[in-house]
Amino acid sequence: MSERAASITPTEEQDDEQRADAEITDGATPETDDVTESETTTDPVTSGAEAVVRALENAGVEYAFGVQGGAIMPVYDALYDSDITHVTMAHEQGAAHAADAYGIVSGEPGICLATSGPGATNLVTGIADADMDSDPMVALTGQVPTEFVGNDAFQETDTTGVTTPITKDNTFAADPDRVGSDVSEAFALASEGRPGPTLVDLPKDVTKSETDREPDAPTTPDTYEVQERADEDLVDAAAERIENSSRPVMLLGGGVIKGEASEACREFAMEHEIPVITTMPGLGAFPEDHELSLEMAGMHGTGYANMAITHCDTLIGIGTRFDDRLTGGIETFAPDAELIHVDIDPAEISKNIHADYPLVGDAETVVEQLAAAVDASPEAKKWRAQCQQWKSDYSMAYDAPEDEPVQPEFVVEALDEATSDSAIVTTGVGQHQMWACQYWTFTEPQTWVSSHGLGTMGYGLPAAIGARLAADDDQEVVCVDGDGSFLMTLQGLSVAVRENLDITVAVLNNEYIGMVRQWQDAFFEGRHAASEYNWMPEFDKLAEAFGACGFRIDDYDDVAETIEAAIAYDGPSVIDVHIDPQANVYPMVPSGGDNGQFALTEDQL
Amino acid sequence: MKRGLDGPAPEERPTPAGRRNKQGIRIDPEVEATHEPRRTVISALVEHEPGVLSDVSGLFSRRQFNIESLTVGPTDDDDRARITLVVEEPDPGIEQVKKQLRKLVPVISVRELAPDAMRRELALVKVDAADPAQVNAVADMYDAKTVDSSPETATFEITGARQKIEAAIETFSQFGIREISRTGTTALARGTDDTAAPMSATESAAETANQQDQSYTADDD
Repeated sequence: MSERAASITPTEEQDDEQRADAEITDGATPETDDVTESETTTDPVTSGAEAVVRALENAGVEYAFGVQGGAIMPVYDALYDSDITHVTMAHEQGAAHAADAYGIVSGEPGICLATSGPGATNLVTGIADADMDSDPMVALTGQVPTEFVGNDAFQETDTTGVTTPITKDNTFAADPDRVGSDVSEAFALASEGRPGPTLVDLPKDVTKSETDREPDAPTTPDTYEVQERADEDLVDAAAERIENSSRPVMLLGGGVIKGEASEACREFAMEHEIPVITTMPGLGAFPEDHELSLEMAGMHGTGYANMAITHCDTLIGIGTRFDDRLTGGIETFAPDAELIHVDIDPAEISKNIHADYPLVGDAETVVEQLAAAVDASPEAKKWRAQCQQWKSDYSMAYDAPEDEPVQPEFVVEALDEATSDSAIVTTGVGQHQMWACQYWTFTEPQTWVSSHGLGTMGYGLPAAIGARLAADDDQEVVCVDGDGSFLMTLQGLSVAVRENLDITVAVLNNEYIGMVRQWQDAFFEGRHAASEYNWMPEFDKLAEAFGACGFRIDDYDDVAETIEAAIAYDGPSVIDVHIDPQANVYPMVPSGGDNGQFALTEDQL
Repeated sequence: MKRGLDGPAPEERPTPAGRRNKQGIRIDPEVEATHEPRRTVISALVEHEPGVLSDVSGLFSRRQFNIESLTVGPTDDDDRARITLVVEEPDPGIEQVKKQLRKLVPVISVRELAPDAMRRELALVKVDAADPAQVNAVADMYDAKTVDSSPETATFEITGARQKIEAAIETFSQFGIREISRTGTTALARGTDDTAAPMSATESAAETANQQDQSYTADDD
């Protein structure tokens, strides 16, 4: 990977010089044995900024995403000598999304850096996004020198104040002797328990100050306690409930993927033949090509998933926070079901839906506890048959006549077909995102990278950059984007080109903010206020202007061939796919509606 | 061409009879089941560090919890502060207040106090003192202490349960109240009961696992 991304400035000669220096030092120190020789930085820290970088190195950080600036300069100066690869982004929002995606794919916190004031506020959207989706991330922001803090100094923002509601924890680093440990702690907090974004605000005088204090190991503070195992009595009660249920369903959320519980959940579901639904963040937790899979439930979930969730008598929700896009109206959500809720965050229990069996703990551990406690599979043959019936009643089929404009579903399926099972899909937010959810067959965890809770348009491209750097070399990275979403952060293409990242962006271009257009048609009498984007640039030409490879699809004949060429291209490529501008996303549960009453056509809304 | 998908229309599908209420609790649709708000006191022991009060108050405003009062002050340990909250919420909301508070990293422990906990509030009341004898008579009735007096005004310090302070203020109002400053409730549990103290990991785990409804009654002061 490291040859793909150029690190911040160190030119090859400088790099060699450093290496030569290191060799000389090593040679002059007889105590240095083979083990420590492989360590990259062993010099003691001399400044706050070096302590910050050392903390990142200690945590095993490989990549950091950010933009240089006044108040963060000391940290960048320290990074200059580090083996951490810094990826300069075109905008701080992109840095946060890239770090977020890096965290999703690698399972380790992604790192983003920004300077004070506008740099920090530009990160805010990405931090909020990571917070809503519980993605592990560490944001490091520069701050004006301590003596100016509170005086409205140039490029000052109360960054900890601004980010308090959208971080798991944040810290104003006031002490050069503590700053390294502050970063270590932020790193540990970001990944332990329920993951989330943390932030350390770094005043310039603190990072510039001399210190010889090495950072402490990455550990969470004493006040932060995570319960790993659920209460045994409650597990036994839940197990009994499962054994006695006749209409059980498992609902796997994003926590299953974050808690690396996919395998345990698969085994449990298959052993006891329990139908499985995923939430949107849970895509990939269970193979969608398996008979027991009912795919995704919720606003644009499949009809069969929504029928099953509405009619089940036992709902085993794992690592899900019962977001309103999943539940629809609370009154009609799984109204016959007793809820077994597995979550590592006690505050998620009974927040939106009352849990009859609250199992607080790590998803993998608790599912294993449950597996040990369940002696007999539920007798649910009839129920499984019913679910299969719903699968055929409400199948996800679409018409694609040759003489009509290209249907988006067809493009998503073609992309899926052209790539391997391990391919990573990132998206922006809107209709294209929903088509990707519905028509891509997800089979592996950590292959779906999207903005769920916050619904951030513009997420797709910077996320693809972060995902690319976290992914294995043989994993394809495909960004399914919309024209409106892509336009919001497409300056990130310059980064993809500079780093020569092998990413394929398919822009499903309908010249609309399509989801808004769909709602305007349904609920605002077709008044397309500010949703028509027929002034869009030609994205293939734009890609070429950036130095990427541009493609264009206008009809069905081009689809397979063009996709193949774009994926084969070794570097960033953009396909401007002109889809049917009137295509809409179905099924759909209107906001706050009854999941079982999903609409299959516009007339049913 | 057709727009949308095939399958039975909404009205042709079976619908379950069950329902949940606004708190996501399954209810008998025949019986209207709602949780009435109750007032309770929650005590939190927190790290005594800058920003902790804004963490807590920000949590309440963004989660729309109905907070009646919030007081904060140091404890016998220099590194710890105690925050006392009076909350008025239905039971599921009170549970959420406690759980969300526990999530904050600088929060050490959180406990809802039993109805018999000691709750006190302080008020300073500045009244017109045209008739000092009568004013002092009222002050005596409520154990109010004179903290300042001038030819025109008298200022009293009243401590006690919220109801006592309300009653005192109402009685004083006959003289004409110039200004009032109140602190909000602070509280401690009775006897050897811990109010909110550092818990061992197993204790706190047992507490969080126990999601059974609390049976406290909404008995204020």
